[in-house]
Amino acid sequence: MSTDTEHSASLANKVFIQRDYSEGTTCKFQTKFPSELESRIERTLFEDTVKTLNNYYAEAEKIGGQSYLEGCLACATAYLIFLCMETRYEKVLKKIAKYIQEQNEKIYAPRGLLITDPIERGMRVIEISIYEDRGSSGSSSGSSSVSGSTAR
Amino acid sequence: MSAVMITRKVRKWEKLPGKNTFCCDGRVMMARQKGVFYLTLFLIVGTCSLFFAFECPYLALHLSPAIPVFAVLLFLFVIAMLLRTSFSDPGVLPRALPEEATFIEMEIEAANGNVPAGQRPPPRIRNVQINNQIVKLKYCYTCKIFRPPRASHCSICDNCVDRFDHHCPWVGNCVGKRNYRYFYLFTMSLSLLTIYIFTFDIVHVVMRSVDKGFLNTLKETPGTVLEVLVCFFTLWSVVGLTGFHTYLISLNQTTNEDIKGSWSGKNRVQNPYSHKNIIKNCCEVLCGPTYPSVLDRRGLMEEDSSISATPVAPSSSSSTTSSSNPVPQTTKTTAPLIPNEHTPDDAKPSIAASAEKSPSPKEEHPPAKVPPLASPETDVETSITKDKTH
Repeated sequence: MSTDTEHSASLANKVFIQRDYSEGTTCKFQTKFPSELESRIERTLFEDTVKTLNNYYAEAEKIGGQSYLEGCLACATAYLIFLCMETRYEKVLKKIAKYIQEQNEKIYAPRGLLITDPIERGMRVIEISIYEDRGSSGSSSGSSSVSGSTAR
Repeated sequence: MSAVMITRKVRKWEKLPGKNTFCCDGRVMMARQKGVFYLTLFLIVGTCSLFFAFECPYLALHLSPAIPVFAVLLFLFVIAMLLRTSFSDPGVLPRALPEEATFIEMEIEAANGNVPAGQRPPPRIRNVQINNQIVKLKYCYTCKIFRPPRASHCSICDNCVDRFDHHCPWVGNCVGKRNYRYFYLFTMSLSLLTIYIFTFDIVHVVMRSVDKGFLNTLKETPGTVLEVLVCFFTLWSVVGLTGFHTYLISLNQTTNEDIKGSWSGKNRVQNPYSHKNIIKNCCEVLCGPTYPSVLDRRGLMEEDSSISATPVAPSSSSSTTSSSNPVPQTTKTTAPLIPNEHTPDDAKPSIAASAEKSPSPKEEHPPAKVPPLASPETDVETSITKDKTH
């Protein structure tokens, strides 16, 4: 947990990383580095996070031997087996939640950022909240990110 | 300074927008009109009860006890698939929270540039390339999102559904990504059950008539007539439907796409989702991963339980909490007015203003009924789907 809890931070802005549909409807997020984060975090760290998340989702949605087996077994039991067994997707989602929490603790929170798990946003976006210290010029960074995005 | 504590725990399904009904504390999710679903249930259970009562004792004795056993198993499978289709979340996409909606708005405005006053702004479309095919993503005015490919807005349930197939009144729910395979298995097993009952009804009548004569047989087992009637009419529709969906699955298409003719081949447009291999397409649809529901129905809402003089600030100091959801409410009551071609220019929001506004609790504001900003296109396409499907 954060050690500097006396630091009061306020929400300045939110960035939404959109889905990348170039490979179809499988869950994949764009690795394009948003301009609002340029001053907050290194590009490589951000891209690593998104790429790892994409790999996790690809693993969950992989259509192969294991998914066929799971599907056939579930069908044979009229899908009642899911009352006691967790699906592969749910297992991977738990791994993703853990990974995001770990990334938040180690990398994003020290930089005043917070990643929200995409599942809480309908798997549509990765929401990254940008926090400003109350002592610093919070309002000016808010307006500069507004002008930055409209100038795109 | 007196504070009134509201301690009732509210689950998220109670505040979900859209026209669904929920049962069993959010575990069951259906459409509003359930009458036809009850009819389906009644027909299946009724016909099978008659079969077990009239035909099965005779057939078990004179032919084989395996016949009723198999009928029971098939019947249970049909009911399980029907309930699974009807009660599960078809793949509803939750509506955008205010900040996300504003962010998308700003991107649209930046992309469209300056529109001269008095002119209609261009339609909100995003082009993506999927497998060398340009697919247009439409903007949903009700849900305030760009719909993912293959998603569509169901006007009956008032939700965007992922991989929307159609809204089926017989199961009382939409058929989408998450419950399509259960729907298909339901129609297939129901076809088998109908054929099975029909066949053994005929066999039973023939066998009994040989002994006792046709009229006596009908007098002894009056249920047979009803069963044959129901099965006869059901056969044509359900078997036809199963055949149609088998065709769609082999091409990896949805009913919605088929009706709209999205991949009919004109303008050299081809289905970018198809693997061009029937086996692969079938495997993807029927044996693909079981997608989780992104609607957290049974999660608890973050209620600010005290109404007191001092405003309660959300715990944003502890920035490592993963449940950072400062705006748990839905966009129905609190969304800033998202402009479409009908709103005046001075009503357009800015992201900074909404970001400042969002962390504050909304309990004090009386819920304002903001009508869904449905565009004519969403209503037209879904009404065509509604009309032509059954």
